[in-house]
Amino acid sequence: MKSFVFPEFQIIRDEEKCGQCRGCERQCSFGTHTYDPLTDRLISDDYKCAGCQRCVIFCPKDAIVVRPTQSFYRPNASWSREKIEDLKKQAETGGVILTGCGNDKPFRIYWDHIVLNASQVTNPSIDPLREPMELRTFLGAKPDLMDIDFKGGDVEIKTKISPHLMVETPILFSAMSYGAISYNAFKSLATASKQFGTLFNTGEGGLPRELRAEFGGNAIVQVASGRYGIDAEYLNCAAAVEIKVGQGAKPGIGGHLPGEKVSQSVAETRMIPVGTDAISPAPHHDIYSIEDLSMLIHALKEATNYEKPVSVKIAAVHNVAAIASGIVRAGADIIAIDGLRGGTGAAPKAIRDNVGIPIELAISALDMRLKNEGIRNRCSIVAAGGLRSSSDIIKAIALGADAVYIGTAALIAMGCTLCQKCNTGKCNWGLCTQDPRLSGRLNTEIATKRLTNLLNAWSHEIMEMLGGMGINAIESLRGNRDHLRGIGLYEWELEVLGIKGAGQ
Amino acid sequence: METVEIDATGISTEDLNERLMALMLDGTEKFVLKNVCGQRYIGTRLYSKNGNKPRVDIDITGTPGSDLGAFMSGHRVRVHGNVQDGVGNTMDDGEIVVEGRAGDVLGMSMRGGKIFIRDNTGYRTALHMKEYLDKKPVLVIGGTTQDFLGEYMAGGIVILLGLGELPHNQTFIGTGMHGGVIYIRGKVDKLQVAGQVDISEPGVEDRKLLDKFVGEFIESFPDLGLNKEEILKGDFIKLAPKSKRPYAKMYA
Repeated sequence: MKSFVFPEFQIIRDEEKCGQCRGCERQCSFGTHTYDPLTDRLISDDYKCAGCQRCVIFCPKDAIVVRPTQSFYRPNASWSREKIEDLKKQAETGGVILTGCGNDKPFRIYWDHIVLNASQVTNPSIDPLREPMELRTFLGAKPDLMDIDFKGGDVEIKTKISPHLMVETPILFSAMSYGAISYNAFKSLATASKQFGTLFNTGEGGLPRELRAEFGGNAIVQVASGRYGIDAEYLNCAAAVEIKVGQGAKPGIGGHLPGEKVSQSVAETRMIPVGTDAISPAPHHDIYSIEDLSMLIHALKEATNYEKPVSVKIAAVHNVAAIASGIVRAGADIIAIDGLRGGTGAAPKAIRDNVGIPIELAISALDMRLKNEGIRNRCSIVAAGGLRSSSDIIKAIALGADAVYIGTAALIAMGCTLCQKCNTGKCNWGLCTQDPRLSGRLNTEIATKRLTNLLNAWSHEIMEMLGGMGINAIESLRGNRDHLRGIGLYEWELEVLGIKGAGQ
Repeated sequence: METVEIDATGISTEDLNERLMALMLDGTEKFVLKNVCGQRYIGTRLYSKNGNKPRVDIDITGTPGSDLGAFMSGHRVRVHGNVQDGVGNTMDDGEIVVEGRAGDVLGMSMRGGKIFIRDNTGYRTALHMKEYLDKKPVLVIGGTTQDFLGEYMAGGIVILLGLGELPHNQTFIGTGMHGGVIYIRGKVDKLQVAGQVDISEPGVEDRKLLDKFVGEFIESFPDLGLNKEEILKGDFIKLAPKSKRPYAKMYA
């Protein structure tokens, strides 16, 4: 069937500059560029281009420009080009449209409507270059009361304290499984978290055995509905265990790692036969209620001898605050919430673009609900989904998060250009692929450096902003909405965020 | 072999499992638990981080609570009585024998080991059971199950012997099944079985498996006086997935 879909991108090659080195041909896994020996020219097929910009950046002569195609349909506010083309693709295939990365639709980004405070005259700001600033964060359940004993001038804590995670900055790497991302990308995240003193999350694809001794202490291992790669050793080698209930990019649905991506090594890590589909059912079929969730939380605490905090990750949906209250009461030490703009290696586009709520509103609703119920101390909140900068992170903490997960941001640090073709497994940047030729392009040392650089830069910016507000510990900012003001928001939005309007 | 007997009356789940763990690390190899009443996760905690893999026997009288043997790695459990939900959840290795019936989600995501249930079991039995290399879980049920048997099943062997009075009237058998095999002794209508599943008669290799595991089942319950030849003479059907990739053609 002849496809009626336009190419998404237009490749413009400056023939004057092009040296026919065929670098672009080698770089592109989608087969966009081919060399024609008859004319001694490179020919580009716009239809194959993913718009990932790999060839542009790696062209030694800067001869290539890739830009959105100039062809257009008659402008129509209702029938946008995207709507028309998605429909055509489905008419041609009869299938569900898959995509990668996070929701790219123009829903309001609340970070961009919130401004931060700074000290002027009445209380001095703090210079982080001169004064100690504390970003160290502890994640886990805090006791309701602390019972202490004085013995000969010494203080002894009598209350039994739940296990906690300690991170040097409130920024953790979000769950990205080996299988979805490449081994090199996975290992770079692990190495960077170890070097910086933070944590990475294995996702549900298991933790390769050879990485356990070295990186287990920095790993949050996931238990998702597919239960891949889980045994006592996996659970016990980690810093914490996370039950994945939902993901911001695809709340309410499961996942399929297609058989093509289940290589020998992925199969070993997930403990499934090579080449079979790895299906994660939509729900955990042993969790149909809060009571069932409580049972799995405690099963995991038992399996890890009550030595590790258990986190529960959910997608931010309409009743997120009430659900989270149930999760805290079920015994979770940490709640991870993933917002509307959270990323994915593959999700149906209809779901990625339409299901869930923005993380900003979810954090605030959750924090306020737990405070009102008097149980906020019983869990830490880790927010995920659409955090793009240090200022987003500091706002998330002021709205009530204890720490954040970054996924998309970490991928961008390693080279991702958000081309949204993760689901094809042909990532030219070596990130979202199991093709050894492609994943080999990602140098783990350089990628690790890029990640620690990012953590370093953002942590420093957070310190600067904290100091400006006259605060010297990130703890003192948590849920401290007085330092936030809204701009251009409706009354109900200010109410959900729990903040005043600017000037108020 | 050192045996420790514990009267579980009034002991909480956490305390009971903590005692088992401490005793196991001290070298106890056999536990006899009396008056167990609802204590959960028995066997779950019994893992040694120092690399050696202790294997213990646990003999239970009473009714253990849910998630018996969840995530369990290699122990042997015998229950003189019924068990609740989630038995053998994500179990890695070991053996559980139940002289009675089991609740829902029995053997969910189990990847290794064996479970023998004397009577019937609840809903979602063997859901997403898996296998990997030499790890091939086996679940033999003397009676029958409720709906959603072998849903999303990806590996392992399930055998329903139908020895009780209940007929096999469960529905949605093998929905989303993409690996493993289910053998059912007795009659099952095509309408009870999901479209992804191929129904056939067991072949020579299948008969060998049946012979082996029905034999083990009978040995597990010597008091029943079951006759292997008699059981194997019955009509068996074999359910296996039509494809390892049931959802391969879903996307644009």
